[in-house]
Amino acid sequence: MNARLKPLAEGFAVPIAVLVIWQLACTAGLVNPMVLPSPAAVAARWWAYLAPLEAYDPAHGSWFLWLFSGEMLHDAMASLYRVVVGFLVGAGLALPLGLFMGTSDVIYRHINPLMQVLRPIPPIAYIPLSILWFGLGNAPAVFLIAIGAFFPVLMNTIAGVRHVDGIYIRAARSLGASRMTIFRRVILPAATPYILSGARIGIGTAFIVVIVAEMIAVNNGLGFRILEAREYFWSDKIIAGMLTIGALGLLIDMGVSRLNNHLLRWHRGLES
Amino acid sequence: MSVQPHPIDAVTQRAVPVAPPAAPSLAAAPSHAAPHIVVTGVDKVFPVPGGEVVALKDIDLTINRGEFVCLLGPSGCGKSTLLNAIAGFSHPTRGGITVDGTKVAEPGPDRGMVFQEYALFPWMSVAQNIAFGLEIKGMGRAAIEARVAELLEMLKLTEFRDRFPKDLSGGMRQRVAIARVLALDSPVMLMDEPFGALDALTRRSLQDELLRIWAATGKTIVFVTHSIEESIYLADRIVVLTYRPGTIKRDIRVELPRPRDSASAAFNALKRDLSALVTAEQHRFEEVEMKGLTTD
Ligand SMILES: Nc1ncnc2c1ncn2[C@@H]1O[C@H](COP(=O)(O)OP(=O)(O)OP(=O)(O)O)[C@@H](O)[C@H]1O
Ligand SMILES: [Mg+2]
Repeated sequence: MNARLKPLAEGFAVPIAVLVIWQLACTAGLVNPMVLPSPAAVAARWWAYLAPLEAYDPAHGSWFLWLFSGEMLHDAMASLYRVVVGFLVGAGLALPLGLFMGTSDVIYRHINPLMQVLRPIPPIAYIPLSILWFGLGNAPAVFLIAIGAFFPVLMNTIAGVRHVDGIYIRAARSLGASRMTIFRRVILPAATPYILSGARIGIGTAFIVVIVAEMIAVNNGLGFRILEAREYFWSDKIIAGMLTIGALGLLIDMGVSRLNNHLLRWHRGLES
Repeated sequence: MSVQPHPIDAVTQRAVPVAPPAAPSLAAAPSHAAPHIVVTGVDKVFPVPGGEVVALKDIDLTINRGEFVCLLGPSGCGKSTLLNAIAGFSHPTRGGITVDGTKVAEPGPDRGMVFQEYALFPWMSVAQNIAFGLEIKGMGRAAIEARVAELLEMLKLTEFRDRFPKDLSGGMRQRVAIARVLALDSPVMLMDEPFGALDALTRRSLQDELLRIWAATGKTIVFVTHSIEESIYLADRIVVLTYRPGTIKRDIRVELPRPRDSASAAFNALKRDLSALVTAEQHRFEEVEMKGLTTD
């Protein structure tokens, strides 16, 4: 077997074996399909979830929009929208605060204790408060996601600024750079590897939180859909929804990681 | 305004001797008329847990315009401390330093610094690193472009202009660091063991290049090294420091003609003499460090 295919084959062997055993167990009637539907049933349900609800009707608009009119894509877009907005709010607050706290010891000493008290509270614990404050809808979801994204970005930004190698600052000073220039052109870029890894963790957290938030506050999105499916005992749809969540999470992480690699193409750790 | 220390040979681009070759001597350096860097009565004491380290003690040193001075001594004798004080990164505990008659208070572009660790900005390309100081100075785009192109050419870096530092060899990185400092055309260039991490061949070629640049620009260069060979190859004057407290042990003028031949008898005679001086300090260093190890 060729050298490129071998690791691929090795990687697929176990999942395929699991699927086969699972399917055989279901076909043989060993498990109750209400508890665990067969892989074939999940696949069929996944396809139905993905496909447009109605047949194509040229009178109703473009072919392209029709292709994306399925329930799953709507749900995925709704979840993605919440992740992006919540992340931007959380990271948008954490980044400047982290930069201030990282550069100024006075600000750090004043704000850090409060942050250390708030940080261990899981975003999920804010659910009751978020509903009390924001009611139902996107607002509480965005709030929870923002909290989930805030702390990883904050902590990493502070660490990034504090870990800037002093030799870069000395070099910049001896080249005549002002404090502002040093901040903008030395500290900020030097801290980006940390900041971006904080952003990546923050997006991961945001993705966890969005699923939970959708189970309580809204009536669309991937998290809502799997909870809804449970009410109808559609176990095949629950699993189809979970697989979709996994796929979306993977796509987001791959996208962020490619963006990071591009932004950090100067960085030593990313060779090869 | 810049005084050329030596005429330049048009063919080899090397400095040629002004005076006929003279025998090397350990005579004290004669005083010159144009002092550039003046260090007066400088002490530097670092507080350390349970005491203090006297890194520099009673340093008096006058470096003339256009002079190439090496600070030589074993590890820990205060070479970097002295250089950093001249650069303005740290302040002497006692005494003062003036450059061109102005008291040194903070680092500035009039005293370019080349670090052993290169200290290139890894997020900037070669060209961006070289342009950095010029942008700060407020030079126009076109002028920066031209100046950077000229420096890339001078340091044989043109084909590497868009690379990031991580993709360069140590020798290349140090060329970029030198170009970055040269860009500002500072009258003083401070270098802290700039070639210490390079292999012997790269080191020699950068030494030659530095001498060529020095001859062409007439800069005052203060160069820290612990290599006796390197100091004789490069310097007009070698200042040997003692170990703890760091004082000036000897101030030697090197009268050998340039380019210097490290295989020549005169070169090796000087090397032998310096070796005796430095080895004595090296022994003191080892004694102190060993004592530190056993009492800690
Ligand atoms: N920030 C500091 N705090 C305490 N001691 C220091 C500090 N910086 C330097 N020293 C001490 O001062 C002495 C001189 O240090 P310095 O770095 O100037 O030596 P050096 O001659 O440059 O040595 P090397 O060749 O190893 O670079 C050393 O004994 C060192 O331990
Ligand atoms: Mg040193």
